[in-house]
Amino acid sequence: MTENTGSNKIDSFHKKKNKEEMQKQLISFALMIVFTILAFVVVATGMMDKMLVIPVLLVLAIVQVAFQFYYFMHMKHEGHEMASAMIYGGIWAAILAVAGLSTIVWW
Amino acid sequence: MSIAATQKRGFGAVLWDYVTTVDHKKIAHLYLFAGGLFFLIGGLEAMLIRIQLAKPDNDFLSAGLYNEVITMHGTTMIFLAAMPLIFALMNAVLPLQIGARDVAFPYLNSLGFWLFMFGGILLNCSWFLGGAPDAGWTAYAPLSTTSPGHGVDFYVMGLQIAGAGTLIGGINFLVTVVNMRAPGMTYMRMPLFTWASFIASVLILFAFPALTVGLFLLMFDRMFGTAFFDVSLGGNTIIWEHIFWIFGHPEVYILILPLFGVFSDVFSTFAKKRLFGYTAMVFATMLIAFLGFMVWAHHMFTVGLGPVANSIFSIATMAIAVPTGIKIFNWLATLWGGNITINSAMLWALAFIPTFTIGGMTGVMVASVAADYQYHDSYFVVAHFHYVIVGGTIFGIFSALHYWWPKMFGRILREGLGKLTFWTFFIGFHLTFFIQHFLGLMGMPRRYWVFHSGDGLDLGNLISTIGAFFMAFGVIVFIINAILTARDAKAPADPWDGRTLEWATASPPAHYNFKQTPLVRGLDPLWIEKSEGKGKMTPAEPLGEIHMPNSSFLPFLFSLGLFVAGFGFIYQTDNKAWLAVLIGGMAFSLGTMVVRSMKDDLGYHISKEELEREAD
Repeated sequence: MTENTGSNKIDSFHKKKNKEEMQKQLISFALMIVFTILAFVVVATGMMDKMLVIPVLLVLAIVQVAFQFYYFMHMKHEGHEMASAMIYGGIWAAILAVAGLSTIVWW
Repeated sequence: MSIAATQKRGFGAVLWDYVTTVDHKKIAHLYLFAGGLFFLIGGLEAMLIRIQLAKPDNDFLSAGLYNEVITMHGTTMIFLAAMPLIFALMNAVLPLQIGARDVAFPYLNSLGFWLFMFGGILLNCSWFLGGAPDAGWTAYAPLSTTSPGHGVDFYVMGLQIAGAGTLIGGINFLVTVVNMRAPGMTYMRMPLFTWASFIASVLILFAFPALTVGLFLLMFDRMFGTAFFDVSLGGNTIIWEHIFWIFGHPEVYILILPLFGVFSDVFSTFAKKRLFGYTAMVFATMLIAFLGFMVWAHHMFTVGLGPVANSIFSIATMAIAVPTGIKIFNWLATLWGGNITINSAMLWALAFIPTFTIGGMTGVMVASVAADYQYHDSYFVVAHFHYVIVGGTIFGIFSALHYWWPKMFGRILREGLGKLTFWTFFIGFHLTFFIQHFLGLMGMPRRYWVFHSGDGLDLGNLISTIGAFFMAFGVIVFIINAILTARDAKAPADPWDGRTLEWATASPPAHYNFKQTPLVRGLDPLWIEKSEGKGKMTPAEPLGEIHMPNSSFLPFLFSLGLFVAGFGFIYQTDNKAWLAVLIGGMAFSLGTMVVRSMKDDLGYHISKEELEREAD
């Protein structure tokens, strides 16, 4: 996590770790592009009706956000417990507010 | 004390020092003075309300002015008095309690204060510029969207600017607690005040954005012709109530939780015991914060949300009584069998328990939907929230000020005057508000300008007004006390035989707090060292250079720019020429941000030699 990757004195263990990390990043990057294309295709071709498209787009978006947080912003690494707790706390507060408004006021 | 700080300096130099300071201890002083000033203004407004209601059919205040006074009393007391006084305590003590040299972002700390200050001044400018806001502190639409004049515009802009400052302050304390704890200071070794402030900061982070959004919507409705709350154009007035209380309910926990922390520290110090049920206290605080986000609609039972929504929010509200009860019993158990010292700080804390419990009991009563139809918007509710906010927050602030005054100012407040303040305020408080429960049950509605002589409310209101004068007397005695002690002898570092890290520093602490960062070996770290006969903290690092931030005038200027832009926003509805003021103010603030970004400000170092010269 905080290793100095610029140094040439990296031992084989860290070398392997970094390689795995890079692979994961590339895989998630590719997946995110695929998901984005998928989202556009679904809408552009009109292959699904509106009731289905919206949940599909939402699921794709949530997966992409998770990739972003965990692989690109390193939330899966150690030392991010507090950050995750805060993010999930914030999401929870936001969901409560939106759920409250949509069920009580707009429904 | 450093040599420079003990030299006599001119008034101008001291003023410049405070305007540009980024030191958390001086910012605590600023928050205390500003919050104290607004507390006096809000208190004056309260006295005007009580004088108006002293006798039936009174005409001391006109009806319109009365609406302005009640609105400004509520708004000032919540946003401009209670919040900054709490921030004063957090700034003064929190970094010391975790063994840090300052908060994580000293510059932002200063910015947060000046934003709050200018927001508060903007709000109060309304008194001199055609009338204060008059839609109640809750500013319910459509009353707030249709209120004539600029009063509510001042409310919107003032709170928006002050709210930004509060948000900055909250985030600053979060980062400070997460990142700046001394070696060994694990989360479960933090003093309860630090814990409670940390959780209150989480609430600030999640609750204030709702206020920001609500104020933006209201601002656009009033100034730029939108119709979020205009029913005739397809808007919905109830949305304001929801957004306001999604913010507003967590806000009342922001007001009370840090003071729960204060009471925990005061009880364990003056009972000479480890806090009973420390872990339970921490988790009870978290649980209150968690539940605090799902109870907002209990302010809206009579709106007509339907039986299902009302039941859910009613049950969630009653559930909060459980963690609060855990805390009350833990405090009692801390006192049980303790070696108790009763002084001013302890008196406030002891008085808090029965007072807050009465407020909590009436809270469960108003949480019951069927009964709430009777209590709603009556003086019963007024009595309830003054019992929790004054009996919890204000009692807590007084307790904390008596407890930490030596740490903040290097002097001990006088006991005799402290006890006089306590007894007059305590008796006055119960005289004022206890009777209001019954006035409410007898049918006296909240926010009414007059009552009539045949209503049978005369005696109750007179008693309430007499009580208010007792409270005012108590506050004046406190101010005299604070002024008199300035000439007293310097306080020792640890006057109360304290348990936590702040008492390991001098009174007041050196500007770098700790010469060497202390090593924490458990809960109540100073007490551990004392009980093992050592009496002082073991350093966790060798003596070395200390890196300190430079003072800066930019936070003041940035906030000044927004203050000017606020006037532009308010008056551009009358004359578009005011847009120049709006843009000018914003551009000025942006300019200060650019200066801050472009200019490298790396701070300075205190050398090892200089540290060695200074006595411990």
